[in-house]
Amino acid sequence: MVIRSKTFRESYYEDIKLFQTVWIRVWIFLFLILLATLPLWGNPYVIYLINLSCIAVVAALGLNLLIGYTGQISLAHAAFIAIGAYTTAILSSKVGLPFWACLFASGGVAAAIGFGLGIPCLRLKGLYLAMATMSFGVVLENVLITWDKLTGGVRGINVAKISLFGYPLDSDSKIYYFLLVITVLVILGIKNLVRTRVGRAFIAIRDRDIAAEVMGVNITAYKVMAFTISSFVAGIAGGMYGYTMGYIHPEHFTLLLSIQYLAMIIVGGLGTILGSIFGAVFIILVPELIKGIARFSELLIPALKGKYNEEWNIAAFGLLIMIFLIFEAGGLHGIWGRIKTSFKNWPYTY
Amino acid sequence: MDQLEIKNLTLAFGGIVALHQVTMKIRKGEIHAVIGPNGAGKTSLFNCISGVYKPMEGDIRYEENSILHKKPHQIASLGIARTFQNIELFRHMNVIDNLLLGRHHRFRSGPLSGVFFWGRALREEIKHRRKVEEVIDFLEIEKVRKKTVGTLPYGIQKRVELGRALSMEPKILLLDEPTSGMNVEETEDIARFVLDIKEELEVTVIMVEHDIAMVMDIADWITVLNFGSKIAEGTPFEIQTNPKVIEAYLGEGS
Repeated sequence: MVIRSKTFRESYYEDIKLFQTVWIRVWIFLFLILLATLPLWGNPYVIYLINLSCIAVVAALGLNLLIGYTGQISLAHAAFIAIGAYTTAILSSKVGLPFWACLFASGGVAAAIGFGLGIPCLRLKGLYLAMATMSFGVVLENVLITWDKLTGGVRGINVAKISLFGYPLDSDSKIYYFLLVITVLVILGIKNLVRTRVGRAFIAIRDRDIAAEVMGVNITAYKVMAFTISSFVAGIAGGMYGYTMGYIHPEHFTLLLSIQYLAMIIVGGLGTILGSIFGAVFIILVPELIKGIARFSELLIPALKGKYNEEWNIAAFGLLIMIFLIFEAGGLHGIWGRIKTSFKNWPYTY
Repeated sequence: MDQLEIKNLTLAFGGIVALHQVTMKIRKGEIHAVIGPNGAGKTSLFNCISGVYKPMEGDIRYEENSILHKKPHQIASLGIARTFQNIELFRHMNVIDNLLLGRHHRFRSGPLSGVFFWGRALREEIKHRRKVEEVIDFLEIEKVRKKTVGTLPYGIQKRVELGRALSMEPKILLLDEPTSGMNVEETEDIARFVLDIKEELEVTVIMVEHDIAMVMDIADWITVLNFGSKIAEGTPFEIQTNPKVIEAYLGEGS
């Protein structure tokens, strides 16, 4: 029997495998075990934060596919999340469909509308595209408020609980696994997508659109495809959000949410999968961080007592985007890469 | 046999005539050079052939069929590949991915099988990777195959761009100044590759080039453009002795 070190690759298949070394596989396995056992010993608040992070990771991946990979700036992401959330809400509470059907429908409806938005937006680039998509978001917010027969308007709408084989997922730690599984599937799916033909075409359009076209990429089709897939993923995230919150309201999906997602992918790293994950988790944790800092400074300086409120979070997002754009364009993913290299090369710095 | 035929091609931007009644015939298996002073319309001609510009008049026929109304990506999938004057690589991808992108139109898998990385998508990734390695081997860029293109030196980037065009397995290759900005040795390398492309891969080459020495040495046929019009065509020897060409390059009375 031949025992291989697996340090050297013998086939092209080995060369394009997702997890290249045994160690990466071990680390990921350990991390997944940690996540899987968390409800047994974790604090419920931590579980709640992870639930929010899962939703954010999925939605951020969808946005990063569109902005980071294809280079099409969109400020309509919150709108597509809203479409997904409302589809799930209406189908689960008014029609009574099972959760998997609701999720697929959420993705499907969002994808169809994303396809519809993608076609007129094809000729727009950069800021103009941002404006067009932003106005779509504003319009949709108004539709959600005024079409109250369907959406419940400003009263909001309830989402039915998921029931898995007759067993209701009615608490944060129960819905946790459901969110985790979908998140892992979406991460793998997007990762696979961007390393195959379609993903290469997306990156090519971002880097040099004319060259991509001359090399045989149908830019029109691929831009629309990017919009569609991104909206599909956003729709799924919306469905996840609806199920987690149990109640949704038009105010949950304002322009601010789109900007928050933009912050996630910029802080995490544009055009990277790991960056979308880092950024999403980071931005979800930022309010906690600020709360912690506020509490700590209240102890130090009594005059600051009671000065903290939610508005500070918005300022912090703005500040974070600025800091990252100026000092670390690669985002958390770039920082991660540097840390990794320096450990790899240790103790030789070069 | 004429593989590509350009008939009375006229292209104007507003009042500026970039190409005026240009007629050319490109024979299969030849190296056809297009030369001329700056602003003669050489790159505009390439942009018309690859479908980026739409000419006002005339026709471009590839293997007897007009390609005038086809989109750039359709023209690419017919087998017309090109490189650019200023490198237009996908800077953030590595060399392999750049070359694989060149094979984009030969893939059949869509987003769905890509998401699962299974079945056709996986088979195609491996199959095309093998083809790409042949190109890497041909151009001797094995050492940089996993490097991000933006970090590579200029000369190597030029070669990678040639590789991206070659990995399309084209029938006609348009090279827009393949040796611009290169030193003598690098120019020699490129000249050798161009000859190999013609002889080993049997690809027709149309080349815009300012290095007249190289053109005279390797081209089979030369077309000279000046201010958007064709002023001469012929073998390198005929061009060298053509008084109109000498006038265009050196000015009247020389």
